[in-house]
Amino acid sequence: MTETARTQSARYATGSLLSIRDLSVEDVSAILGLTARLQTMHPAERSAILAGRRVALLFYESSTRTRTSFELAAKSLGATTTLVSDKSSSIEKGESLKDTGLTLRALGAECIILRHPASGAPFVLARETGLPVLNAGDGMHEHPSQALLDLRTILTRLHGESSATSVSAASLQGVTVVITGDILHSRVARSNALLLPRLGARVILCGPEKLLPKEALGLGPGVEIERDFDRALKRAQVAMMLRIQKERLAGLELDLADYIDRYQLNAERQAACAPKALVMHPGPMIRGLEIAGDVADGPNSAIEEQVAHGLAVRSALLVRALGKSVTV
Amino acid sequence: MSDILILNGRLVDPANGIDAPRDLLLRNGRVAAVESPGTLRGVEAAETIDAAGLIVAPGLIDVHVHLREPGQTYKETIATGTAAAAAGGFTTVVAMPNTVPVNDTAAKLEWMLDATRNPAVKLFAMPAATIGSMGVELTDFDALRKAGAVGFTDDGKPVLEDHVMLAALVAAARAEVPVSQHAEDTRLTGGCSMNAGAVAFRLGLRGMPVEAESSIVERDIRLLRDIESKEGLRPHLHVQHVSTARAMEAIRAAKREGLHVTCEVAPHHFTLTDEAIGDYDTHAKMNPPLRVESDRAAMVAALVDGTADCIATDHAPHAAHEKEQEFERAPNGITGLETALGLALRVLHRGQGLSLSRIVSLMSAAPAQIVSLAGRGSLAKGHFADIVIFDAGATWTYDAKTTRSRSRNTPFDGAEMRGRVKATICEGRIVYRGN
Repeated sequence: MTETARTQSARYATGSLLSIRDLSVEDVSAILGLTARLQTMHPAERSAILAGRRVALLFYESSTRTRTSFELAAKSLGATTTLVSDKSSSIEKGESLKDTGLTLRALGAECIILRHPASGAPFVLARETGLPVLNAGDGMHEHPSQALLDLRTILTRLHGESSATSVSAASLQGVTVVITGDILHSRVARSNALLLPRLGARVILCGPEKLLPKEALGLGPGVEIERDFDRALKRAQVAMMLRIQKERLAGLELDLADYIDRYQLNAERQAACAPKALVMHPGPMIRGLEIAGDVADGPNSAIEEQVAHGLAVRSALLVRALGKSVTV
Repeated sequence: MSDILILNGRLVDPANGIDAPRDLLLRNGRVAAVESPGTLRGVEAAETIDAAGLIVAPGLIDVHVHLREPGQTYKETIATGTAAAAAGGFTTVVAMPNTVPVNDTAAKLEWMLDATRNPAVKLFAMPAATIGSMGVELTDFDALRKAGAVGFTDDGKPVLEDHVMLAALVAAARAEVPVSQHAEDTRLTGGCSMNAGAVAFRLGLRGMPVEAESSIVERDIRLLRDIESKEGLRPHLHVQHVSTARAMEAIRAAKREGLHVTCEVAPHHFTLTDEAIGDYDTHAKMNPPLRVESDRAAMVAALVDGTADCIATDHAPHAAHEKEQEFERAPNGITGLETALGLALRVLHRGQGLSLSRIVSLMSAAPAQIVSLAGRGSLAKGHFADIVIFDAGATWTYDAKTTRSRSRNTPFDGAEMRGRVKATICEGRIVYRGN
C-alpha cells in the first residue's frame, strides 16, 4: 500500500484519484471534512471557489448518476465544464486516449474526469497528460468516488450527520457490510472492499462462484466470502446490492431464476435476516432482479441519499484536484 | 577476412567441457586455434583483443525473436533487431514467422534470409507451420526445409486443432526439424490480457488461466506418444516460452518418459511476476503473461535441473504509441535481446548460483542443438568464429534509450544487470564493441 502511494505521488499529478488505494485514512478524513464544509457554505461563496477553472468530463461509457453529479458539482463550484463522449467526438474516428487527453489539455482543461470501459485507462490518461485525473469508473477496476460517497452514506445513516466529517481507522469498528451480486465485474465492489476495512469495517462479499471467484480474497484483510446470502445478511449492518452487468458477462451463462431465488434482496428475506440493515445500491438497479422494488423504496433504503452524497463528495474531489484550499 | 587474436581470457565452452584460460585465433570466419595461454604469442593478427579478466564464450543463440520485417518495419527491421542482438552478445537469432505477410513460403523465407536485409548477426528463421498461421493447412515443409527452415511454428498463435498439430509433427519429423509450439488454448484466453489470479482480480482485468498453457503442452505430448507408437517416427516438440509450473511439470514427465521434447524459458518469466504490472504498465504485458511467484520459481528450478533446455528472449518490439494505450488494447510483447544475458547472470548465476558454464550452455550450446545448427554453439577448432566476450562481474543499469532496437518496450528500463558484453564477434567479424 505504501509503495503504491509512493509511485502514485511521483508519477501522477497531485489531486488525482485513480484508485481508492491512493488515499490514506487521513486523506479520506480530509475529503469528508471538505465535503461537509462545502455543504454548509452559502451557494454564492461556493460558486466562487473554482470560478474560471476548466473541467473536462470524458465519458467512454454511459452514465447517469456519476456524470450528472460531477457536472453539477463542478458547476456549483463555478467551474466551466465540457462533456466529451465517445459517441460524439473524434474518438469514434479512432483518436487514442492519449491524443484525446492532450487535446483537452490544449483546450485548457485543468482536470479530467474519466469514465472508461478499460480497466486502468485513468492511469494512462494521467501519465500522458500530467493533469489531475478523477477516475469516474474504469472497466471492472475501480470507482473510488463511489466508495467515498458510500462511506459518507454509511457514516451518516449509522452514526448521524455530524459523524461524517472525519474518520479514523476505527470509525467503522463493529460494522459489517455485505456486498452482494456481480462482484467479478464490479468496480464499486472493489473500491468499497479496498476502502471500508481500512476504517474498521468487515466486508463480506456474497455471490455465486461465477460472479465471485475466490481470488477476491486477495483484495486484502477484512474481506471474506460467504456464498449463502441469508447467512451473510444475518451479520449485516449494511446490505449493498449490485446489478448483474450483462454488458460484461462475456459469454458467462447465468440462470437468472436461480440467481433471484438465492440472491435477491426482497421483503421476506429482509424481514427474516436483516430487518434493520441499511439497504444500498450504487445504481443502476434492476428492480425485480437483484433487489425487489418495495425494498428499494422502503424505509431502510439509502439509495437516493447515496446519489445526494455523490454530488457532495464529488464537489470535494474537484476542489482537491484543482488544488484549492478551503478553510474547513 | 582479417585474423583476430583473443588473448588472456577465460574460455567457457560447455560443449567441449572447457572452463579454463585459453587464447584463440580466428581466421576466415572460423576458429583456427584454441591454445593454452602464451602458445599463440608471436602470431600475427590484424586485431588482438586483450580479454584479461573477461569471459570468452560461444556467441549467444536465441531461437525466438520477432524482427518485424517484412511489414512492420516501424517496430523493427532485420538490421536493427540483429544489431540489438549483437549488443546483447548474440551471434545467431531465429526469426519467427508472424511478419506481414506471414513467412509461409520458400520465396518469403528466402527474401527474409537474403544478405541484402543486412543482418548484423547470423539469421535463421522458422517459417509458419500452417498457411498464414491460420491453423488449417500445413505449409510446404519440404520446400521450406530446403530453403533453410530450422523448424516450424505458428508463433503468436498455437496450432490448436489436434489433427493439424499431429500432421505438423509428422511432417516435421520427416524433415528432421522441430515443431515449435506457442502453447495457448485460445478458447480459454479470449479477452484476457494478463495471468488469472489475485492481481488480475484487483486490477479488474480478465486473466489467462494456467490450464490454457498446460493443456496444450499435455495434448502435444500425447500426440508425440501416439506418433512414436503408431508411425515409427520420433518427432521433436519444442515448447516455446514456458511460463507455468504445471506445463513445466508435464515437460519434465515427458522427458522422463523418453519423448523428444525441448523447451525454452524467457528471461522475463524467470525474473518477474504479474505484480510487475503495477499500475497497468503495458511494458509488463506479454503472452504468455507474467505469472505468480510459484511459477517463476518453477522456471528457475527447471533451468537449474535441466528440464528447461534453453533461454530464449521472445524479443517482441512494439512502437511507443502502441504501448501507450489502455492495458487491454496494448499489444503483447517486450524487447529482450539486450537484457537477456544481464538478467540470466543476475538472477540465475548470482541469485541461484548456477555456474557460468551452465548459463553459457543455456544460451548457446543448447539452443544450437535444438535447431541443429552445425558449427555453432561451441568453439572447437574449425567451428564458426561466433564469440561473445563479457565481464561476468560487471554490474550496470539498462537504459532503454541506448537500445539498438527500433523499439523501447521493456520492463527492464533502469533495471540492474549483471555481466557486461565487451565484444561480439560473428563469423570472425566484430559486430559489437562495448565499453
